[in-house]
Amino acid sequence: MITLRSVLALIAAGTLWSGGAAMAQDVLIRGAEVHTVTGQGKLDNTDVLVRGGKIEAVGVGLAAPPGTAVIEAKGRPLTPGFFGGLSDIGINEVPSEKATVDSGLTVGADKLMDAQWRPEFDVTLAYNPNSVLLPVTRIEGLTWTVLTPESIPGGSFVAGQGAAVLLDGGYDAVLGGSQALFVNLGGDALQWSGGSRAAQYMLLEQAFREARGNSPAAPQPLLHPAGREVLAKYLGGGRVVLHVERAADIRRAVAFVRQAGMKPIVVGGTEAWMVADELARNGVPVLLDPLENLPSDFDGIGARLDNAALLYRAGVRVAFSGSGSLNARKIRQQAGSAVAHGLPWNAALAGLTAIPAELFGIGAGRGRIAVGQAADLVLWSGDPLEVTTAAEQVWIAGRAIEMRSRQTELRDRHLERLRSKTAR
Amino acid sequence: MCLTLLGACAGQPNKTPDAALPAARHAAYASTYQAASSPPVLIRGATLLTGTGQRLDEADVLIVAGRISAVGHKLEAPAGAQLIDGKGKWVTPGLIDAHSHLGVYPSPNVRAHSDGNEITNPVTANVWAEHSVWPQDPGFEKALAGGVTTMQVLPGSANLIGGRTVVLKNVAAVTYQAMKFPGAPQGLKMACGENPKRIYGERKQAPSTRMGNVAGYRAQWVEAQQYVRDFDEYGKKLAAKDKDAKPPKRDLRLDTLAAALKGEILIQIHCYRSDEMALMLDMADEFGYRITAFHHAVEAYKIADLLAERRVCAAMWADWWGYKMELFDGIQENIAFVDYPANGCAIVHSDSEEGIQRLNQEAAKAMARGSRAGLSIAPERAIMWLTANPARALGIDQQTGTLEAGKMADVVIWNRNPFSVYALAEKVFIDGAPAYDRARRNAQPRSDFMLGQPLPGVAP
Repeated sequence: MITLRSVLALIAAGTLWSGGAAMAQDVLIRGAEVHTVTGQGKLDNTDVLVRGGKIEAVGVGLAAPPGTAVIEAKGRPLTPGFFGGLSDIGINEVPSEKATVDSGLTVGADKLMDAQWRPEFDVTLAYNPNSVLLPVTRIEGLTWTVLTPESIPGGSFVAGQGAAVLLDGGYDAVLGGSQALFVNLGGDALQWSGGSRAAQYMLLEQAFREARGNSPAAPQPLLHPAGREVLAKYLGGGRVVLHVERAADIRRAVAFVRQAGMKPIVVGGTEAWMVADELARNGVPVLLDPLENLPSDFDGIGARLDNAALLYRAGVRVAFSGSGSLNARKIRQQAGSAVAHGLPWNAALAGLTAIPAELFGIGAGRGRIAVGQAADLVLWSGDPLEVTTAAEQVWIAGRAIEMRSRQTELRDRHLERLRSKTAR
Repeated sequence: MCLTLLGACAGQPNKTPDAALPAARHAAYASTYQAASSPPVLIRGATLLTGTGQRLDEADVLIVAGRISAVGHKLEAPAGAQLIDGKGKWVTPGLIDAHSHLGVYPSPNVRAHSDGNEITNPVTANVWAEHSVWPQDPGFEKALAGGVTTMQVLPGSANLIGGRTVVLKNVAAVTYQAMKFPGAPQGLKMACGENPKRIYGERKQAPSTRMGNVAGYRAQWVEAQQYVRDFDEYGKKLAAKDKDAKPPKRDLRLDTLAAALKGEILIQIHCYRSDEMALMLDMADEFGYRITAFHHAVEAYKIADLLAERRVCAAMWADWWGYKMELFDGIQENIAFVDYPANGCAIVHSDSEEGIQRLNQEAAKAMARGSRAGLSIAPERAIMWLTANPARALGIDQQTGTLEAGKMADVVIWNRNPFSVYALAEKVFIDGAPAYDRARRNAQPRSDFMLGQPLPGVAP
């Protein structure tokens, strides 16, 4: 029998792991507390069989087919791989060093009348799977993220397109069907709308008309032909991620894009709790940061720690985001904090797994522990929402990830040095 | 009483008349803080993390007249004492954040209140953070709900020498003087590395390199030493009743630097890289002053032995890293490594209006990472990172930071082991007076700014 320890030894010896393109290893994870994030809920002392990168069986007393590694979970929690939030992992290595940053587009316009909108900008084309941020992130149990373009000076509040990527280190990591258009609204976006948030709707309306091609061309159009085509696609039922905080802006933005034929996801949503019923009625989900409880600006006066709990109780689908790229791993702490302030634990787990997967169109294949789902799995040392817990082993598409990063290498080198120099 | 800025105090033969010297650290802008009066409080049967490295189970804390009167088992309640059932609760000293910008970079983030960095000169030793503090920052009450009873507010890190810091008690007040920790020394904020050289380098002025940074500090210390000599000389002349004694021209910048040279103002340095921290220690030797703490200190783990040997604290985050090159080598075991050597002084700090609300969770992360790396760390040890150690770095360890008889009764009652994401501070006492009660809305402070805002029944 192969134990977790011996699997780790095999990994260390390079037999299981040999870079981004390694083959998935069939594995039976035995005796775990399996959090399925399905109607089955939590299954105690349960086995999960992984073959060919997918979950083949979930049950009790499963047999290991020949050649299958067996991991004894010893009752520890097993969850689907966690969502890394909206981020620019792999497209922004050191934020202060411009040469390492590909997160946003500037086309040099400094006046509103010269604005050029480039919704065709697709930030996933800049993705570098060899970024040191990937191992740092995935060894904490985060197996995927949504690459998100930023609005930067000289660009537009329509930041461009992003999509979900698997953090397995592969070059072709974009998950099909997950593309979204990212739009920043409200007070943070005034610099791209002539100083008033009201003009954001004016400009969006102009761009929508250009994309539909059903009104005479403006003398100074916002869009290029490629941009018109891309935007037209989103107007036909595409996913649009609206970064918006103030209650009044959330209502207006959601209604505006829905009327235009888009499917909105609210991100930020500091004051979403104030319009929770309306969001629930219209099936609009919210990606939020549960640590946001200060009026960080005049768009977020109503910030409160139980935003997630209030939205959940109103029937809104809630997922988490907001800890950025470098510390994307903080998303577990965010979810735990939402629980401390009233969100049911299972809802918090869903907000890290099945819900974001659904929202970004990959829920049929990821985000749950169920037969046929991709084997993105994490075996935890304890409660996965607890800050003292660590991921013991992470699998992405059935492949056991090497649980090392640049940070663990620094740790190991300098711990040895410290021990040799220090008597306590 | 020795109130002089420039030393020449007790134990020195040439005692200088105070009148001859610039304003002392407590003479101007004095604290008007008054502890609220309150009846005795006896917390019974709780798990205590004392901040001295001890854990006491099913133990009691007695608070009388704003001070910790006793800590132990089966304590007797004095007449009129409020009794609190501590069963299942954990009790710790009030948390202390060694690095905050509350009040100087308040919420909401508006230009009108952005008063934390005097980015007009690489050396602004003349400015005092307290003169920027807006006491209505809603961040104070949120930090209180996280168990923070004391904090150091610093100027930002744009400048080589950014100015004086201030230590505040986290009490609701309409003036900052009413928050000012009585008797706490001020700090001197200095900054290494990328910020000063970037900010001034982009303006085509010095410093634009790390060597320019160091030349910049050294020039200041040279001047400050001369300033000290000039005042010493003047003091001697006065003492000798020299009729021609003429006071040197007073300079606010040099007042601060001279007090730092004398150790009356504690030196607090924003510094990430291990090599730069070692360099700053050499510079301290060159001019004969002491560094109290390095802040952020993302690479402190590489020189944990040196820091312990020099008795310099490091105030750190649990896991923040990477947004500049000087943070590229951040690791989650940093705090645990600094704690490891004998005399190591590890501090969990926030530098953030969000982080200050959950210093306990930041410590929990660091504790867990250290333990996984084989440095077994118990809660009674880790609590020192948020209490006794920052008290030491702020020069207030004789007054607060532990649950010991005689100390200020700055005390937090937690609903469970505080090293958990689910832990909440239920009650907070400052100098024995109830400062926060989670169960009672009207026992929680609320900033003037938040009044009349559309937040019915808002949770803290």
